[in-house]
Amino acid sequence: MSVTILAPATAPVRAFSLMGFSKAQVWALVVLVVLIVACPWLIYPISLMRLLCFALFACAFNLLIGYVGLMSFGHAAYFGMGAYVTAWTAKNWGLTPEVSVVLGGVTGAALGLAFGWLAIRRQGIYFAMITLALGQMVAFFCVQAPFTGGEDGIQGVPRGALFGLISLKSDMAMYAAVAAVFLVCFLLIHRIVHSPFGQVLKAIRENEPRATSLGYRTDDYKLIAFVLSAGFAGIAGGMNALVVGLSTLTNVQNPLSGEVVLMALLGGMGTIFGPVVGAGIIVATETALAQADMWVKVLQGTIFVVCVLAFRRGVVGEIGHRLRINL
Amino acid sequence: MSATTAPLPSRALLERLPLRTLGVVLGVALLLFVLNAAGTIQLYRPMPVLLGQLSLGLINGAFYALLSLGLAVIFGMLNIINFAHGALFMLGAFAAWAIAAPNVWLGMISPGLAVPDWLQLGYWPALVVAPLIVGLFGLLLERTVISRLYKLDHLYGLLLTFGLALILEGLVSNGFGTSGLPYAIPDALKGPVDLGFMLMPRYRLWVLGAAAGMCFVTWLLIEKTALGARLRAATENPGLVQAFGVNVPRMISLTYAGGVALAAFAGVLAAPIYSVNPNMGSSFIITVFAVVVIGGMGSILGSIVTGFALGIVEGLTKVYYPQASATVIFVVMVIVLLARPAGLFGKAA
Repeated sequence: MSVTILAPATAPVRAFSLMGFSKAQVWALVVLVVLIVACPWLIYPISLMRLLCFALFACAFNLLIGYVGLMSFGHAAYFGMGAYVTAWTAKNWGLTPEVSVVLGGVTGAALGLAFGWLAIRRQGIYFAMITLALGQMVAFFCVQAPFTGGEDGIQGVPRGALFGLISLKSDMAMYAAVAAVFLVCFLLIHRIVHSPFGQVLKAIRENEPRATSLGYRTDDYKLIAFVLSAGFAGIAGGMNALVVGLSTLTNVQNPLSGEVVLMALLGGMGTIFGPVVGAGIIVATETALAQADMWVKVLQGTIFVVCVLAFRRGVVGEIGHRLRINL
Repeated sequence: MSATTAPLPSRALLERLPLRTLGVVLGVALLLFVLNAAGTIQLYRPMPVLLGQLSLGLINGAFYALLSLGLAVIFGMLNIINFAHGALFMLGAFAAWAIAAPNVWLGMISPGLAVPDWLQLGYWPALVVAPLIVGLFGLLLERTVISRLYKLDHLYGLLLTFGLALILEGLVSNGFGTSGLPYAIPDALKGPVDLGFMLMPRYRLWVLGAAAGMCFVTWLLIEKTALGARLRAATENPGLVQAFGVNVPRMISLTYAGGVALAAFAGVLAAPIYSVNPNMGSSFIITVFAVVVIGGMGSILGSIVTGFALGIVEGLTKVYYPQASATVIFVVMVIVLLARPAGLFGKAA
């Protein structure tokens, strides 16, 4: 019952491989790094940092849908709880940013462990509905719980100093830190996907009963993938909270869960670079249409419909398919 | 398009009655009773409070039942989880409002545009007309977009209908704002009724009766008529039924339209209770998903019973532990997933 990812037409023999990257992927990575380095001089760094946080969030989500075929419809819960814990510990305990972000990631992973353990009892659309309902439960909890500050959220979160040494007050310093974390996590996700563990995940995506018959405990693999994905989502949420100095209910509520699905779908589910491109497009349109909130909803809905009907490979998947390369 | 979960005959429901679950529920009730008798906990609440919240819970339960029933019918036939169900519920309420006060929005389109009084339909005609309008719209949706997905994985249906829900909610928000529109209770249903043991607003009583009646009619239609028999057969094996000369694609379209009309009917019932606003459906639909996970989509009667029962659970939680009333259904879902992963009335999917 897994989602069928439309693989590129050819998966050529790996003549060239760098850390599991194909030649085309190396070039794409070079372009990505160049963009990350060059953009803060061209675009407002705060917007860029938010983009990177959401890109990481989308990559984490893609780890599940693209490589295990699990549709989690409540991923905002891990992002949002990561944001709350990072914001709270940075503000109230005065923890340094790297520790509070790690705590955010651990929170996401712990929540992912509990929810993943519950949700993998069912498959297909039931899995999606369960994760959605659990996400909604977390959102309701956050509205009432005292530590989240309710409608106000946690405001005035200090960025602090990295390792207690390097102040992140300036946007450029913060940008460098966020970009570094993003790249490390991005490479880590790529490494996971191309490890023997990742091969088993893909086997589960293609045919779970067969993977089971080969002796793999598919539930364990699914759960580990879920925890990893939720952990990365928590890190993304934590960084986002530090960047904007704020953690609010929008980080944990359902519309964000829908948005991250859209990012992966639009960019290309099951491609390494797709979610980054998807996040870029979505964040850019949101920024451009910030005044017309409701039209954003209509536009996003339309993108969903168009993608599902005619564009299931997504932007990056489609490019890869046309050029017959694996992106 | 082989269906995995079909609406099953009621006999099968009896065979699969969750006896163990019932046992656990009874056990917990007994434990609470003993603890109460021993004075450890205080279960007593003033009767009016208890009955008031119970009736409110039953109202919510009626909507859960109507919506999850529609979801189950659609899923049985189309193998699609209709994420747009909440938006279509909202559209039903808006349709009722729009045909009651057409001059308000016609004036927005072009000043001076107006219809005569006799064309302004009140609540009673709306109960029929609004589901018809929304049902036709559903038919259009099914024919134009949803029908293109039947060969794909179920999840694409979820994504597509999610997108449709966003579009509908966004468009309605743009047209009418998010603050909500008033819709009056019809005169015949105003005021309270004395039931002997409590005073209940007449409208609430009507909603309960109408929802239960509609659930019963739907059940009757699917389980007891020739049309329903064909429908169930097509759910099991569409190819074979088509070979017998039944127009299965048309049946699928009409099933979607019917399920959507049910949602719109619920929307009209809800219009005077909740303010008619673009987000009234999206808050409902996720809870309804939890209801569907709890009950399983395998049986018509199962979704009806689960819907009403969870409404009551929610109402009771409002009395005893109000902080948890928003999350209690999700907690029940977690417990059911732990104890009976296939759902109370479902078979393993």
